[in-house]
Parts: sequence; structure tokens; C-alpha cells
Amino acid sequence: MTAETRKPILEAKGLVKTFGRVVGLDVSDLALYPGEVLAVVGDNGAGKSTLIKCLSGAEVADEGEIELDGEIVSFKRPQDSRAVGIETVYQTLAVAPALDIASNLYLGRELRRSGLLGSVFRMLDNKTMKQHAKEQIAALGIGTIQNIGQAVETLSGGQRQAVAVARAAAFGSKVMILDEPTAALGVRESNQVLKLIVKLRERGMPVILISHNMPQVFEVADRIHIQRLGKRAAVVTPLTHTMVEVVGIMTGALKIDESGQTLHSVR
Amino acid sequence: MTQTEPAVHDAAEFMDRRTFPARMQSLLHRYPWISPALVLLIAVFTLSFFNQYFATPNNLSLIAQQVAVVGSIAVGQTIIILTAGIDLSCGAIAVFASMVMAKTAFENHVPGWIAFILGLVVGTAAGGFNGYLITKVKLPPFIVTLGTFNIFTALTLLYATGRTVRDTEVDPFLLKLGSIFSIGTFHITVGVLVMLLMYAAVAFVLRYTAWGRHVYATGGDIEAARLAGIQVNRVLMSVYMVAGFIFAITAWVLIGRVNAASPNSGIDLNLDSITAVVIGGTSLFGGRGTVVGSLLGALIVGVFRNGLTLAGLDVYYQTLAVGLLIIFAVSVDQWIRRSKS
Repeated sequence: MTAETRKPILEAKGLVKTFGRVVGLDVSDLALYPGEVLAVVGDNGAGKSTLIKCLSGAEVADEGEIELDGEIVSFKRPQDSRAVGIETVYQTLAVAPALDIASNLYLGRELRRSGLLGSVFRMLDNKTMKQHAKEQIAALGIGTIQNIGQAVETLSGGQRQAVAVARAAAFGSKVMILDEPTAALGVRESNQVLKLIVKLRERGMPVILISHNMPQVFEVADRIHIQRLGKRAAVVTPLTHTMVEVVGIMTGALKIDESGQTLHSVR
Repeated sequence: MTQTEPAVHDAAEFMDRRTFPARMQSLLHRYPWISPALVLLIAVFTLSFFNQYFATPNNLSLIAQQVAVVGSIAVGQTIIILTAGIDLSCGAIAVFASMVMAKTAFENHVPGWIAFILGLVVGTAAGGFNGYLITKVKLPPFIVTLGTFNIFTALTLLYATGRTVRDTEVDPFLLKLGSIFSIGTFHITVGVLVMLLMYAAVAFVLRYTAWGRHVYATGGDIEAARLAGIQVNRVLMSVYMVAGFIFAITAWVLIGRVNAASPNSGIDLNLDSITAVVIGGTSLFGGRGTVVGSLLGALIVGVFRNGLTLAGLDVYYQTLAVGLLIIFAVSVDQWIRRSKS
């Protein structure tokens, strides 16, 4: 693994989460380093979505702790994790369809006008919001979006997901979690989103990418966190391991030993 | 769309290549009140040929007065439908509030303006009751308001003991909205003015405040709104309470219009308000529509009923025409919704 001198920006230690008798997370760890794209892969039921939900505040872990920038944080609701700078983008294209792009970017944190118009009449500062939205979209290189006043439902799936990513990136967030952002998208639209992820890394934004799609994971990830049976089975890189090996670890056909690199067949 | 497939890379280029119907579609998508506005214009234009009295200031003033009650109640119905909800109890709430206003003033000798405030409280509470059942007990709005429609109607009849508060018994303050003033050759009631003020206020709030945006977002996709950090239950609760408040103001308009408070008045209001909203281009699926459209919708129904009467058509044909209009309006909405893909 990477040098110990680097400190993770986001670290989860010994997370345990049970749902009745079902064990979702069985003392699981995760570490995300600054400026990297960490892919999280795992079979169904391996606990990857539970892990991510604990990080984004959608679930509360029974045990274990989460550190952001070296400080222990605890989340009870999604708003809590957002408040400290962890933004999550969901696969379901979570945007408000009838509202325009600028309104979507600022949904839930609208800016009000200054003075009486804002404080008494609660009027929104549409001009500033539009201006910022435009800059944000341009900065992420989402060139296919022409008109910031366009209703989001007139956009393609990839563009909508780009709006969701732009929203997550717009508010000085420290960490971005993308939960299967391409699951609902076609090939070309997925590529748009992957480009966006690369762009985010170029801007120094650490990204956790949850995905089922191995080629996509190998295309953009710096490191791959493999979740299996509620635990972190291994962390590998696309340079040192092949897709077949990663799938092997994921399914339990291959095991990685404590020191790291050597792989040996089970049975 | 199929032959312009490569153009999706460039949205501007893509726009220019679209056919006329596609452009119409996106125009209506953007401004859903355009089609009711056209229908209203065409209706006024056509009907004025059948009877020369139709387009006179006197008759148009009469239409405005006739529309005031439905138009007022449709303001509240619109914000509810924008959240993908529906209120079948709105008329019952308005009648209930009107009885509370008239009866407390007449029988308990409460000053008119206090009776009015009592009515507002009752209306808002009734809306809040609907909102509570929808957000906390998690029942569908249709079922909730179908139930409360019966409950509020029964409460009204029990409270009124079947008796109307007649014009001579109603407090003068409560009759204020029935008084007529003139603008040129037009004679408008204060009730019409109050209705227009409500439209202006709600249109402003929906367009220019965060709350308005949250109403649209909640109606468009409640899960997405929740994930964006909007407290959707709070939005829904506030919508039903604001609507209840508007229904109570409608009660005031209603007393002024019928010059009395009767437990049997306003039965048609429940469905007529939905008719106005739907004809006005607001989508029953939520998230799309304007409050101005509902005013146009109410006016269209008013114009049809009045104009067809003057043209000598049987009242049954008016109902038929309104029915066809509803089907037309919903078809247009469906067509617009399909334009997304």
C-alpha cells in the first residue's frame, strides 16, 4: 500500500453495522487519501452500500469511528455529513426534473437577495445563483450544456448526472462519494461521467467511486478497495492487479495475504 | 430525434434542427399556461360572435364575479397539486370556515373581524389535519382528503344544525367582499380583487422564494428533493396549511358572493377547483404548472358556461364542453411530459 507518511482525508475504522440478524458490516475499514479516486467494489451483500451509507450519514454504524481530516465525526442524517463536506451523488439521478440547472445546483441551499427584498420578501438571488452555476458547469468542462436556464428533464441522463456531480462539487466539499453514478446510463453517457471524475481528480478532489463496472473502475481508479463479507478484503491498484484478480478477490476465489501483493489460489 | 442523434453533442445545433411540433412541445413545457391562454382567447373570440351581449363590460364583469369563488379556491388547490397531491376536501373546508365565521358572529356576537380570524384558524387547522395524515401517517392525499371531505362536511352540517345564516343575519364585515365597485364601465366585487391578490401573492412566492422551489422539487421527484437536503415533510405540511388558509379566505369570498352562509353551498367547489387547475395546465403528477394557469382555467370554465348559456345551449352541453376541455388539457400535459425522452 501507499506510504504511511500520507494521511487519509477520510478514514473509517472498525465499522460494524447489523440489521437484525443480518451483519452488513463486520469490522470494516476504509481509507481515502487526498487527491485520489478510490473505487469500492464488491459482490452484492458484501457491505459496500452499507459502508457508503455510513460515510454519507444515511445509516448510523453500531460501532467504529469515522475520521475526516484527522477529526472524529459522527453523522445521524445525510445533512450532517454534507455539513462537514462529504457530498454524495446517487445513481438515481437525484435532481428535480422541472427545475432548471441553476435551481438544481442550489436546491436546498438557495441564496437570498441582500436587503429588505431578501429578509422580508424572502426573494432569491437568481442572478448570482445563475452566474455561479455557469462558472461551476464551465469549470467541470460540461460543454454540452448550453443554457443554464434549461429544465433538467430536457437533459440527457449523462448531463443530468453531470448536474448532480456539479452540485456536489459546487459547495467547497472535501470528499465526493459517487454511488454507482453510471448504473442508469448508456455507454456514451457513462463516458461523460467518467471524464467528469477525472476532471474532479485534476482539481484535487478526493473521490470514492462505487461501481460494478470493472472496466470503468480500471479506467479511473487510483486504488481499488475490495469489500467482501462485510470486511475490507484487500486494497489493490489497477497497475499491480488485473481485473480477473480483482474479481477473484471479490468472490473469494483468490486471497491476498497480509503483506500485500502475493496472490494464491484458495483450494 | 433519431436522425438528429449526432447533434446531441451540441445542444444549440440540436435545438435548431427540431421540427415545429417539437418546438411547440418544448415551448409549452417551459410555459405551461400558454395553452389555456390560447383556449381562453379563442373561446372569448368565438363566443362573442354567437351573442353580442357576451363581450359587453357588464357580462364580462359578471363572469369575473361568478369565477371569484372557484378561482380563489383553485389557488390553494394548485399548490397542493404541484406537490403531486390532491385535495378533495377543499370545498368542504371553505364551507366549514364560512359557517364558523357567520355563526360565531351571528349567534355568539363575536365582532366580524374576530369571527373572520376564527374561520382562518379553522381552515388552516383543517389543512394541517390533512397534512398531518399525509406526512406523518403516510396516507395517500387522495384517500386522506376523500375521508376528510366527508368529515368536514359532516362537521359543518352538525355545527350548522342544517340552518343557513341569512343575508340579514350575516355580520357586515363578512359581507364586505360582495360589495361592488366600478372601474370604468366594469363592475367588480371586492371578492374578485381579493382573488387576484391571492394569485399575485402565491405566484410571487412560488417563483421568487426558496419555499416555492422546494414545492416544485418535492412534487417533481420527492426522493430527489429529500436527497438534496429538502425537508420534504415540512414542505408538504406547510403546503396543506397554506392551502387551508387560502380555502378559509375563499370562505370569505363565498359569503360575499352568495350573501349568506349555507352548509349546503359550495358542494361543487371540490371538483371544480381541480377542473380549473387541470385546464390551467398544471400537471396532476406534480412538479409542473403555474398558479396563473389555474386563474385562466377558472376563467375558461366561467366563459364557457356563461357564453354557451347566452348562445342558447342547454346546460348539459356546457358540462359536456367542460368535460372535453379536461380531457384535452390532460392530453396536452401527457404530450408535454413525453417530450423529455
